[in-house]
Amino acid sequence: MAEEKWKTGTENDYWVRSCAWSAPGCHPVGCGIKLHVVDGKLVEVKGDEEHPITQGRLCVRCLTLPEYVNHPDRIIYPMRRAKEDRGLDKWERITWDEAVDEIVERTEALQAEYGRETVIVFGGTGREGTLYGPAFASAVFRTPYYVYAMSGQACYGPRNMTAASIYGSIGYPEIDIAAWSPERYDDPEFTLPELIVCWGKDPLPSNPDGFFGHAVIDMMQRGSKCIMIDPRITWLGSRCEMVLQVRPGTDTALAMAVCNIIISEKLYDEQLVEKWVYGFDEFAERVATMTPEHAAEICQIPVEQIYAFARRYATAKPASIAWGLAFDQQFTGTQAGMCVMAMIFMTGNMDVPGGNTCGAGHRGFLGKWRVETQSCLPPGQFANRIGKEEYPLFNHRMFSASPDSFLEHFENDEPTKFRMGFFSSSNPVSPSNNNDPDRWYKMFKERFEFVVVTDTFMNPTAMACADIFLPLSTFAEHNGLVQPYYGGNMQYMGAINKAVTVGEAKSDVEIMLLLGRRLNPEAHPWATAEEFFEDHCFTQLGQHFSDIQDDVVYQLPYYYKKYEQGKMRGDGYPGWNSPTAMVEFRSSYLEDFGEDPLPYFKECPYAPVDDAPLHDERYPLSLTTGMRKYTSFHSEHRMIKSLREIDPWPWVEISPETAEEYGIVDGGWVTIENMFGKCNMQAHVQANIKPGVVVASHGWWFPEQEADEPNLYGNWKANINRLLPNRLCSPLGFGSIHDNMCCTIRPATSLEDGVELPCFPDIPQPYPHMGLIRDATNIDEPGTKVAAYDHYPQEHAKACE
Amino acid sequence: MDKKALLFNYEYCSGCHSCEIACRNHLGLGLGEWGIKVTEVKPFKTPEGKMEWIYQPVPTQLCDLCADLVAEGEKPACVHHCLSFCIDYGTVEEMAAKAEKLGGRVSLFLP
Repeated sequence: MAEEKWKTGTENDYWVRSCAWSAPGCHPVGCGIKLHVVDGKLVEVKGDEEHPITQGRLCVRCLTLPEYVNHPDRIIYPMRRAKEDRGLDKWERITWDEAVDEIVERTEALQAEYGRETVIVFGGTGREGTLYGPAFASAVFRTPYYVYAMSGQACYGPRNMTAASIYGSIGYPEIDIAAWSPERYDDPEFTLPELIVCWGKDPLPSNPDGFFGHAVIDMMQRGSKCIMIDPRITWLGSRCEMVLQVRPGTDTALAMAVCNIIISEKLYDEQLVEKWVYGFDEFAERVATMTPEHAAEICQIPVEQIYAFARRYATAKPASIAWGLAFDQQFTGTQAGMCVMAMIFMTGNMDVPGGNTCGAGHRGFLGKWRVETQSCLPPGQFANRIGKEEYPLFNHRMFSASPDSFLEHFENDEPTKFRMGFFSSSNPVSPSNNNDPDRWYKMFKERFEFVVVTDTFMNPTAMACADIFLPLSTFAEHNGLVQPYYGGNMQYMGAINKAVTVGEAKSDVEIMLLLGRRLNPEAHPWATAEEFFEDHCFTQLGQHFSDIQDDVVYQLPYYYKKYEQGKMRGDGYPGWNSPTAMVEFRSSYLEDFGEDPLPYFKECPYAPVDDAPLHDERYPLSLTTGMRKYTSFHSEHRMIKSLREIDPWPWVEISPETAEEYGIVDGGWVTIENMFGKCNMQAHVQANIKPGVVVASHGWWFPEQEADEPNLYGNWKANINRLLPNRLCSPLGFGSIHDNMCCTIRPATSLEDGVELPCFPDIPQPYPHMGLIRDATNIDEPGTKVAAYDHYPQEHAKACE
Repeated sequence: MDKKALLFNYEYCSGCHSCEIACRNHLGLGLGEWGIKVTEVKPFKTPEGKMEWIYQPVPTQLCDLCADLVAEGEKPACVHHCLSFCIDYGTVEEMAAKAEKLGGRVSLFLP
């Protein structure tokens, strides 16, 4: 039997201790899992009780792993399809040598003709591929274009940017769950929070960004209380002492009013503010413009709740705030984040036991290398990417080029001619990390001369446009590392230990080395993935990869009040890493890039209220999308029958009042529509939803349906992202409006009823919101109504027939 | 005899379905077959304005309390994998005592 400590049993019947990441997709939580292999086949999984965070627990996505790994539809050999057969299920199996030869040959030919930047590497969200995608672009293909197709990269990145704008460091503030300690909640260094606030975040089904959501339940069972801010009273909300059911997209108004109360009632730590906060008086003056009474009107909640929440949070000790994806997916989400950061700091809850933890910088094994691979590009090319003029801060901070600028350049086909696409764990025509999926789809179909996809199963994007499909291994089939929070504010790492081999599937790192050693050998000196991990672990963490594999989990020390000990700054002086070394309630960083340095609230231009400049009376409901269940991760898991049995169809939640008004019955099909598009889902009529709000699921396509275009696995039928336009990001290019749009809803007869396939007459451009966004300060001037807008006006609809 | 029971601290059952799938894996059941199934009292507002919403896992006649796992010193599959740690297993006496200590929103099942 092997010598590895993480493997026990006999040669033909053994267990492997490992940590989960991907594929199948999930965030980097690294849940502890034991994998049982008999005669070379994964037959069983169990939760690893020795794992300090998950302690034996597993969610249904891991519990169905054998069904996923051994699924008859999985693609486990490289496949090729003739270009003229794109969109048709006509694939042939090839060898890895043939696949690599063809990719190298076509890449070199296209790059010789159009320049190296002709290649776009598309990255998805959450999977291991998100760590390696940027390096695939800059080191393997030597193109500056790593693209995350969702407007404003509206997932996690904007919140990191907000935190960095306030205190200068990457290191996402997260609620303290003592993830750094083997003793966890019993560690004497830790204090159980009196109060946990879940704000725009439903952590239980989503395990966001590396946070094990049920840690909230662990702490509630030990006595912590919880408050939630969400248009729904989620199940967790039903266990909270208070839920503020705000109208979608109004969190900034609430957050400003809460700061206003905390400051005017002097519920903050005056000494702490005096010593460490820059711009407090100006911040106080600004939030004073948002009275709780005004905020209550905007948010459509009782004003008493705002007072009660502000006082409760400010006086609970310690208290923590989990700020969620909603901050990235509403119109002035950055500004809501600025206020939440201020709440945490001024009440003394930042970097204290049981409050919010924060990181001083990147703590992972890959941060340095990911940036260094940019040196494979000609000097200045990365900094000069498309989008640089419009969104300089985005261009400066993000691995992805601004997707909002990028899509238009892609469509205009100048100056760069993009002719090759490499999709790394990304399915951007399905309703996941995109806006305007029809427009991306059109470009994939029209522009690309050569397309490569890496994934575990065929998906709509690959079926539509791929020429080569490379089979990706699941985490049961490769070695690797889990890096919670992608390395920022990381308090432990997990080893992914290989248990089994399935077909010829390979990991992201193995594929990267296979291609990189051919296309750019100097940048890829490692012969194997294990060498790659050993090199990075040892240089960045002083750890041997094999030791982390043996220990399975590697917990890093955490230091509270780092700013007092010189642990936040590279120079070792006390203070924060911002330009003033203070916590900047007035952000000099935002000001430098042309944004208001203080928080402000503005309605999404399309919000269903009179104050919104593009308010259209045909769409009087608030639309919030992307809600999670335990049974899927974004556009994945739809082919896993045990999971589809639990949640079989796309679902949309509305209140009984809204259902009655619109003639909708529980369980019936409905059409959700706005000026940009429409789709169908099944109505769940539930009393926990705020009246007037439509809460839609995402990620739906139907692997059981016909693969061939135009059906494309039913990709267009429940595609909620067709209602979400590009370019509704912040003036700095961050965030979008996935939680902050408008719509109407009506009964439909089926999933198919009235659904339109993509059709491409001249899509009317520019969108009316584009002129408004750049001049953000005027956006809610009264009387600046803009004419109503139809994505497909009648003459275009006729052209599609 | 020490009759065994499952205790559900259903105040904390979040409806994650982990018990269902862990149980099905252990018993080798197919689609539509359950050794334990989460039932739901859908959300409604009480006259006091509080949201009531209950998930209650219900063991079926296929539940043998994971006798084989327990014999090997392990926990029943549902207890082991529950994301909320809201299921417990022991003698009826132990579980009744625990239920009394928890004080409410608890159920005992003797499948």
